[in-house]
Amino acid sequence: MAVVSLRNVGKVYPPTAKDGASVTAIDAVSLDVEAGDIYGIIGYSGAGKSTLVRLVNALERSTSGEIWVNGQNIAALRERELRRVRLGIGMIFQQFNLLGSRTVARNVAYPLEVAGYPKEQRAARVAELLDFVGLSDKAGSFPDQLSGGQKQRVGIARALATQPSILLADEATSALDPETTHEVLALLKRVNAEFGVTIIVITHEMDVIQTIATKVAVMDQGRVIERGPVFDVFSNPQAAASARFVSTVVKGVPSAAELAVLRERHAGRIVTLTFRDSAVDQKAVFGELSTAGVAFEVVYGGINEIQGRPFGHLTLALTGADAVIDQVLDHIRTLTTVTEVR
Amino acid sequence: MDALIDLLPELWKASIETLYIVALTLFFGGLGGLLVGLGLYLTRAGSILENKPLFFVLNLLVNFIRPIPFIIFLAAAQPLARAVTGSGIGNNAIIFTIALAASFAMARIVEQNLLTVTPGVIDAARSVGAGPVRIIFTVLLPEALGPLILGYTFIFVALVDMSAVASYVGGGGLGSFALTYGYRQFNPIVTWAAVLLIIVLVQFVQFFGNYLARKALRR
Repeated sequence: MAVVSLRNVGKVYPPTAKDGASVTAIDAVSLDVEAGDIYGIIGYSGAGKSTLVRLVNALERSTSGEIWVNGQNIAALRERELRRVRLGIGMIFQQFNLLGSRTVARNVAYPLEVAGYPKEQRAARVAELLDFVGLSDKAGSFPDQLSGGQKQRVGIARALATQPSILLADEATSALDPETTHEVLALLKRVNAEFGVTIIVITHEMDVIQTIATKVAVMDQGRVIERGPVFDVFSNPQAAASARFVSTVVKGVPSAAELAVLRERHAGRIVTLTFRDSAVDQKAVFGELSTAGVAFEVVYGGINEIQGRPFGHLTLALTGADAVIDQVLDHIRTLTTVTEVR
Repeated sequence: MDALIDLLPELWKASIETLYIVALTLFFGGLGGLLVGLGLYLTRAGSILENKPLFFVLNLLVNFIRPIPFIIFLAAAQPLARAVTGSGIGNNAIIFTIALAASFAMARIVEQNLLTVTPGVIDAARSVGAGPVRIIFTVLLPEALGPLILGYTFIFVALVDMSAVASYVGGGGLGSFALTYGYRQFNPIVTWAAVLLIIVLVQFVQFFGNYLARKALRR
């Protein structure tokens, strides 16, 4: 069952100047997030992804369409009614947004105060959450005494305080260094696995999607231009913007410039082979080449693993008689996709 | 010098009066400033209680009253002071007038200090279901407390200044003392004694305000 379901959602900002044009931030987006998903939404800045995620807990209101959260169309609710809905949706932010005037423990307690938990229960829950994020020793510290990664862990503890079923992560790792990013992503994975929290991750970094997401939607100019299981989008991106994102983390086909360099070094024929999942047997492919007596050298490419499934591209420089190479490539074409690069 | 010694009881009385006027105007003007400042902050475009007409009115009112030189404001507001306090002159009338003027001056300071609170923190509070009233008391005011204390310290100095000017319409205090016994009787030592007391008072309050603000900011 979809816990978050967007139906033709639009967000149009009215013109700022009298003669200005209105701005369409979100353009008829439909999206289903299933319970237990870690759903990544990726796009360049200005693509509308942050606006989209803020519609899910109604920090911003949609101007058209329906937004179903846990079986309730929140687009139809008033601000006062939304407050209860928001208790079921946690949110973490790029700039952490901790209350600087409160200690770590009191930051985590904040949602519990809002929800009206009695004091003893609050203390117990805060201790539990700080233990979960590994910051029990920082309970009395103030946010400005913490590192970025620690601040985000406090943010996660706060977001989980009222045991929400959905967690929204708005560029949650964009202000962190790569190592800390992976710590925080690992923590989010635990949140998903241990508490069954559905997570929607907004990011402009494909690496984040590759690390934790199970599904991904690519946004461009307020629209979702491609979506699907992460493996499918990574191994076979359809839209140009998706391919560009994928190429930031996946060594695939050499670019024109890289190819020119390869050409200088290798006089012979150059082919790119696609390996996707265990459907393609690498041993069989390379066996064909050896049997035919075609010498090869791997000159470009990489094999990645997404959710335990390998895929990638290898570019080979082949040495041998043209006729023999043609023959062996025909054989390999029955096994996988072969692209001859010139 | 002898004149000053003879005037010591008067000086004491004037000091107490200044403290009395400044304390009451700080309370009422501070409260008024907080309310109007919050109003400006909350109703501005994109804020949690966005209300364009109300913001327009408040903004216009503050812009209208703030530039009026205080001595002219004193005269202009006299009928209002008379209507509220029963008299156009004397301490009660000037406390009312100073508090009114201070409210609008303080409103801008409060508004500016609230604007230093990062909007993201308010998003975070909204995202856990906090309503506007809770956000004001648990997010806005605590997060802006340090700068607010400095703002109130700043307005305190302005209040001492205004209380001295207000001796023009029969207010008591150190300003009145300096004018009556120093300036008009050609006795600069008496004037300087009042000046010195005012400097000491302002320094003390500034020091205390800085200390409180440091505590609030934990620096």
